[in-house]
Amino acid sequence: MRKFDTKVQYLKYKVLREVARQAFNGTLFDNLLEIPKIIVPTNTPTMRCCVYKERAILAERVKVAIGGDKENPNVIEVISIACDECPVGGFEVTNACRGCLAHRCEDACRFGAISFNENHEAQIDKSKCKECGACAKVCPYTAIVSRKRPCQSACKVKAITMDENRAAKIDNSKCISCGACVYMCPFGAIMDKSYIINVVDMLKKSKERGDFRVYGVVAPAIVSQFSYAKPGQVVAGLKQLGFHAVVEAALGADMVAQAESAELAEKGFLTSSCCPAFVDFIHKNFPDMTENISHNLSPMATIAKFIKSTDDKAKIVFIGPCTAKKMEVQKDTVKPYVDAAMTFEELQALFDSRDLDITSLEEEYLDNASYFGRIFARSGGLADAVEEGIKEQNLDVKLNACVCDGIEACRVALLKKSKNLLDANFIEGMACVGGCIGGAGCLTHGEKNKAEVDKYGREALEKTILGAVSTLGK
Amino acid sequence: MKITICIGSACHLKGSKRVVNRLQELVAENGLSDKAEMNGAFCMKKCGEDGVRVMVDDKIFSVLPENVDEFFKDEILSKMN
Repeated sequence: MRKFDTKVQYLKYKVLREVARQAFNGTLFDNLLEIPKIIVPTNTPTMRCCVYKERAILAERVKVAIGGDKENPNVIEVISIACDECPVGGFEVTNACRGCLAHRCEDACRFGAISFNENHEAQIDKSKCKECGACAKVCPYTAIVSRKRPCQSACKVKAITMDENRAAKIDNSKCISCGACVYMCPFGAIMDKSYIINVVDMLKKSKERGDFRVYGVVAPAIVSQFSYAKPGQVVAGLKQLGFHAVVEAALGADMVAQAESAELAEKGFLTSSCCPAFVDFIHKNFPDMTENISHNLSPMATIAKFIKSTDDKAKIVFIGPCTAKKMEVQKDTVKPYVDAAMTFEELQALFDSRDLDITSLEEEYLDNASYFGRIFARSGGLADAVEEGIKEQNLDVKLNACVCDGIEACRVALLKKSKNLLDANFIEGMACVGGCIGGAGCLTHGEKNKAEVDKYGREALEKTILGAVSTLGK
Repeated sequence: MKITICIGSACHLKGSKRVVNRLQELVAENGLSDKAEMNGAFCMKKCGEDGVRVMVDDKIFSVLPENVDEFFKDEILSKMN
């Protein structure tokens, strides 16, 4: 059964699984340095030039898996030695070079990186090239092209550059922690920091001491994940891991939809606040528009806050498709409610670290939210829910939504709004293409995920937002 | 008096919303809003049993949505007086 999209995810998973296994056994810090050898036990290299480099990189992966560099506030971290410094990337002379006489490229290069072979065709010395692009601009045959690195192509906020050793470098002032580069780097050189050892610690202490309970808040995108099992078996697996209860983040989405439609009626224009990467993007790129961001907490934080209001011994772990949530939970406004955030990838590692075959478990229930809360997982769902919220509450406002998925679409909408050219009173912004189901923390991404989310939505007991929220006695 | 109603998934499917809404009505109708503190909870275990789990102070009951009135009379109203 294929659990992941790529082998890079599989490798990362193996590290997380081993870290979790050691953490559950209480042997993590005794065996920390042994983990690379446990993962690559033989002396035959399978990934890199030699087994020593493989293990050195694995040691770095272990570091990120136990929380990463404490000095770096970003949850997205480059493993410099894993970066292949993409030798195929950057400026290259293609076979369109005709070996002309003018050699404008040579004159344009300020670094002496261009030389010529016996056919007078240009060659770029990668050790001298600074990727300025001057040669490409002057070539009459456009024979010099820029091949961008996969991480840079994936990063739509242009936060990735190179350090002095040509390894990828993230500019934290631009990065929105969406994780696109993590998912796209073919060498797995960029990872999201993991807090699974905190989660394991919470689960163990909750079991041993019993003075608090750990709740799992699960994002609705889960229905497109763990496709080899039933969602009810994932819930059963979480309980086996030691979670006291599992609650749908989608119920928080219902609460948000209700409040956000009222907020829209009051203010007349809003941008959504559910996607932490989108919110961060506004803060970093459109600071004048931050006041338009909905003042609602995200669905994750909203439901976590509610759970804590019912149980003063609750600790909350969010499980979802998102790397940016790991940043959101560190915000002062969210920190009191959510104790840790992890991804579906990490949940798979936790299951397997306990050798839990969830397909053998009896299904448990997961049904708190309405159809509308559940469809937040895909692009357009939030806008549909706000429209429903307006209808259900008879609010005096008509929704004219601009639905944006992918940060480029978000940028266009925000830019238009900043110039008063946007014909909409609500921007639904999701940093990932397709919405949360496109998140970097998903195990798999597929064409059918959107249909899965809609189907899951229709299966909810509650058909309206009000129906779901009234269960809360509100 | 503290009344806690389970609104976790299993109880939700067994009709906890109807129990919550009816109990709220009954508490208000009987003028007990100041005396009965109502709360939700996401799991009280024994999810497999019939009925919605309701805790009155420290005692746990299983309440079917159609029996809320009876339950209110026996376990809440009678103990108030």
